[in-house]
Amino acid sequence: MRRLSLILCAIALLAQGPKYKLGHAPSDADIATTDIFIAPDGKGLPPGKGTAFDAKETYSRRCARCHGTQGQGDQEGPLVGGKDSLKTAKPLKTVGSFWPYSTTLYDYIRRAMPFDNPGLLDANQTYAVTALILHWNGIIGEKDVIDATTLPKVKMPNRDGFVKDDRPGTGAKAKKKKK
Amino acid sequence: MKPNPRRRFLQLAPVAALAGCAAKPDEKTEDEKLPSMVGAPIRAYGERSPHDKTKRLVPDLKRPQLGSTRAPLADTEGIITPAGLHFERHHAGVPDIDPAKHSLLIHGLVDRPLAFSMAELKRLPSESRIHFIECSGNSGGEWKAPGGPDAARSCGLASCSEWTGVSLKVLLDEAGLKKEGKWLLAEGADACKMFRSLPIEKCLADCFVAYAQNGEALRPEQGFPLRLMVPGYEGNVCVKWLRQIKVVDVPYQSREETSHYTDLLPDGTARQFSFVVDAKSIITSPSGGQKMNGAGFHEIRGLAWSGRGRIDRVDVSTDGGKTWVKATLQEPRLSMAFTRFRMPWQWDGQPVEIMSRAVDESGYVQPTREELVAARGVNSQYHYNGIKSWKIESDGSVKGA
Repeated sequence: MRRLSLILCAIALLAQGPKYKLGHAPSDADIATTDIFIAPDGKGLPPGKGTAFDAKETYSRRCARCHGTQGQGDQEGPLVGGKDSLKTAKPLKTVGSFWPYSTTLYDYIRRAMPFDNPGLLDANQTYAVTALILHWNGIIGEKDVIDATTLPKVKMPNRDGFVKDDRPGTGAKAKKKKK
Repeated sequence: MKPNPRRRFLQLAPVAALAGCAAKPDEKTEDEKLPSMVGAPIRAYGERSPHDKTKRLVPDLKRPQLGSTRAPLADTEGIITPAGLHFERHHAGVPDIDPAKHSLLIHGLVDRPLAFSMAELKRLPSESRIHFIECSGNSGGEWKAPGGPDAARSCGLASCSEWTGVSLKVLLDEAGLKKEGKWLLAEGADACKMFRSLPIEKCLADCFVAYAQNGEALRPEQGFPLRLMVPGYEGNVCVKWLRQIKVVDVPYQSREETSHYTDLLPDGTARQFSFVVDAKSIITSPSGGQKMNGAGFHEIRGLAWSGRGRIDRVDVSTDGGKTWVKATLQEPRLSMAFTRFRMPWQWDGQPVEIMSRAVDESGYVQPTREELVAARGVNSQYHYNGIKSWKIESDGSVKGA
């Protein structure tokens, strides 16, 4: 009897079926509404497009109050500048100097900005503001069109600036004592 | 019509007042002269004594929705931080979520996308575990200047609670994890919908979604009704107000895992996905801002923790780091939880510098600030775990050193 139950358990595990049968299947529409993640290869970017030139009104109305009229920072830190500063005593981490992926910019503006009313910008406005910040950092031109195809191809200056966690020992390793 | 108790009182009051006027003080019995021995009535939810003023440290912020409060570690005992004193860190305020309307969506590289209501989650096999959460920015100020003035300001972005919920492995098994699924995105229902990417091995090993803290529902600022618990990893990945888990093939490079929560090194590169919290300790008593109540016996008390497992040993120095004595560790010593240490001490009333050094079961020794700075420079911002010392002056004042 015990052997039989073990075999049944093994079969159940191999089948990988749901064990508790709780939870319910969401509709495709529910998933589509909730899933706003954008992959670094651009997967998830919506239709729409914008240029830095298109963004000026949106930026001054929705972004400048906190980020400064030219992205120089105001209530929040700057979005531009800091080139070649990361090795110095006073590193300035901005979109231009630090952010490794352009797609993060679209993802973050869409999910979290403006701070007091996230989701206010439509896709075109979001692409345009993304383009503006890239342009101010000297990464793209003012008339370059940013959309689902072009954005993932924008290589950020600090794209290769990140290393995996390889924290070295910071002190003499204590020998584990058995008590 | 029901009798109105207030009206009835008003009707009786003049009679009572007249009676009061008529009675002379010396006619009171002995019993009437004594104050009432009867205390406060029963109540539905217990509050603290009005004499207990312990609070989180709330900084003066231009945007209080974007910031943190610090746990008053010097004023807590044992290893559990009360929920109301557990540190907070929010990126867009604390949402007000109706648990009846909240659900957790699991989708992406799974065989069967699933949505769980809170009621359904609570029907699944549950587990309770005690774990610390430490913000990776805790003690960040000490990179540049080591003088954090007290335990809260120096180290208060760490707390420890008992958390109850459902293993992430149970949930992923229900949904049927596909073999291409290597990372998991966890997203909150706060205004900024903050999310982080986590390696699937860790998610399957010991992560869980928690709906309770210290025996009651999560507090709103701790993620009510549901948060992710990632034992031993930096606090930011314990996503609060958890609404969505998507299984994917690569990390999605969210803002919080690129521009923030990465450790800048002297060569200009930054360490990314530096999840594990290294061993750390702090003496909470005596600690900065306190006053020694005279020379003689004092018990040195403190907290130690490590994201790599149990605390194996805590050494305490009362001579500025020249000699070290093994402190007593209070049981239980749990993996990836606060461990309380204590050491009896006779203070001779002379100026002295005291400090603690944690060693975890992996053999990792908490480094000095000098060792840490030599390895990582001073611009790392996150994951500071250097030895913290307190200077005691002859007048009994204690200051951050």
